[in-house]
Amino acid sequence: MTRSAPEPNPRWKPGCSLGAIKARAEVYASIRAFFDARNVLEVETPLLSRSTATDPCLDSISSALTVAPGLDSQHYYLQTSPEFPMKRLLASGSGSIYQICKAFRNAETGNRHNPEFTMLEWYRLNFSLNHLMAEVEELVSLVLNQSYETFEKISYREAFQLYLGINPFTASSDELVRLASQKAGFSASPETLPELSRDDYLNVLLSICVEPNLGQCDGEQLKPVFLYAYPPSHASLAKLTVDDVGERVAERFELYINGLEIANGYFELTDAQEQRRRFEEDNIQRIRLGLPAIPVDENLLSALKEGMPECSGVALGLDRLLMIKLQAARIEEVISFPITRA
Amino acid sequence: MANYSTSEFRSGLKVMLDGDPCAVIENELVKPGKGQAFSRVRLRNLATGRVWDRTFKSGESLEAADVMDHDMEYLYTDGEFWHFMMTDGSFEQYAADEKAVGDAIKWLKEQESYVVTLYNGAPLSITPPNFVELEVVETDPGVKGDTAQGGTKPATFTTGAMVNVPLFVNIGEILKVDTRSGEYVSRAKS
Repeated sequence: MTRSAPEPNPRWKPGCSLGAIKARAEVYASIRAFFDARNVLEVETPLLSRSTATDPCLDSISSALTVAPGLDSQHYYLQTSPEFPMKRLLASGSGSIYQICKAFRNAETGNRHNPEFTMLEWYRLNFSLNHLMAEVEELVSLVLNQSYETFEKISYREAFQLYLGINPFTASSDELVRLASQKAGFSASPETLPELSRDDYLNVLLSICVEPNLGQCDGEQLKPVFLYAYPPSHASLAKLTVDDVGERVAERFELYINGLEIANGYFELTDAQEQRRRFEEDNIQRIRLGLPAIPVDENLLSALKEGMPECSGVALGLDRLLMIKLQAARIEEVISFPITRA
Repeated sequence: MANYSTSEFRSGLKVMLDGDPCAVIENELVKPGKGQAFSRVRLRNLATGRVWDRTFKSGESLEAADVMDHDMEYLYTDGEFWHFMMTDGSFEQYAADEKAVGDAIKWLKEQESYVVTLYNGAPLSITPPNFVELEVVETDPGVKGDTAQGGTKPATFTTGAMVNVPLFVNIGEILKVDTRSGEYVSRAKS
């Protein structure tokens, strides 16, 4: 049996239903009430900035911006997340803060991606990562209007052991390559092979063989799962720690529902020197891959140097959370004008 | 041939993979928030019919496959090859071997039109029309007065195909058959 094709919707009209537009408004209202009740301050930071994320896997959209008539134009980036300016607020004494804003990532379009998307990002002073995960759990339960026994937690190592039978920290690179080929049907041309690192193979295995299993429904009931304790090379802006078996891990988590990545959180790195080292490492990697180097955000580094309070922070994809809430298979079903109609 | 990047992979695009021509069925971007982007691609191997799930680094490219679909009329078989003729007025003829004809063999009827997939200029596969009308050459005698709600019995057609048909069908009747499911549809309208 095939479902009859939906009526073609003229391009000027929204791609999603009015119900989805209303659901979004309701979700925003409940999120604002949630943080208001907890004395977390709503803030707004620039979407256009002189600097941006250095992560080689993030492609920032840039624009030639003229500050005033007659001046030379300068390179400004649309932000891939509001992380840097929010951390500058934290360092300047804002206390716990949250923001609902647009974020932009070039060349990311698909069933789960729109190049312009909505992010909820928040930072909690003196929260451990576990403490923040508990708050994410409360917020997500509220938005989805469901109560849960508790969200499950599985470490990065346990997840690889469960779904692939390997320890991702100790498995040989040859084994990762073999598994990527066998279990993920991964192949690379001779030209791209030298560009691939051990981390890339871990990412293939995580994306194709692990993630789809995470947070799958148990009957009607959603079963959200936190993945945590990432390898240090996947730390990004998280602090490192040592886990119970003596392995160095990043204090980072991701939340998955129905195999969909919903949120990414860190126990935030506050060390300016270590942050500079990671930025520079990213830029070395970028140059190696033939990508433009990104001017390091000196404002963020100055803020960290001045002293950012110990905190945990998380970025949550609101479009994706709406997808879960509305049982939408494609992100277009929750965005009024997705990129194809923008 | 040209190369196609994963970002150009669309349903129906024909590319070479592991030495075989394949048709892209689906292509989905897999991009962790932190980490390399990949393309999860589902392809049909046009030589074997098998479906493959493959993962490529985004931006990786594959060579285009010289694969074209043409409407052709089935002419005859000489026992080794099955001969088809272009219906575009060129009268160009192509000989398909047993491998290319595959399961379509039981639906081959002279003067009927088929889709012949050419790979590097030679027939790779034959796709029959969704419905063909064929004559019954062998079946148990028809049961009079029986209607469609009764049972079924096997019938053999001129092409050698065996299909379950209603009990009222007699030898010599022309029936319409769905080639995708191999099921009886109706008596042919004469």
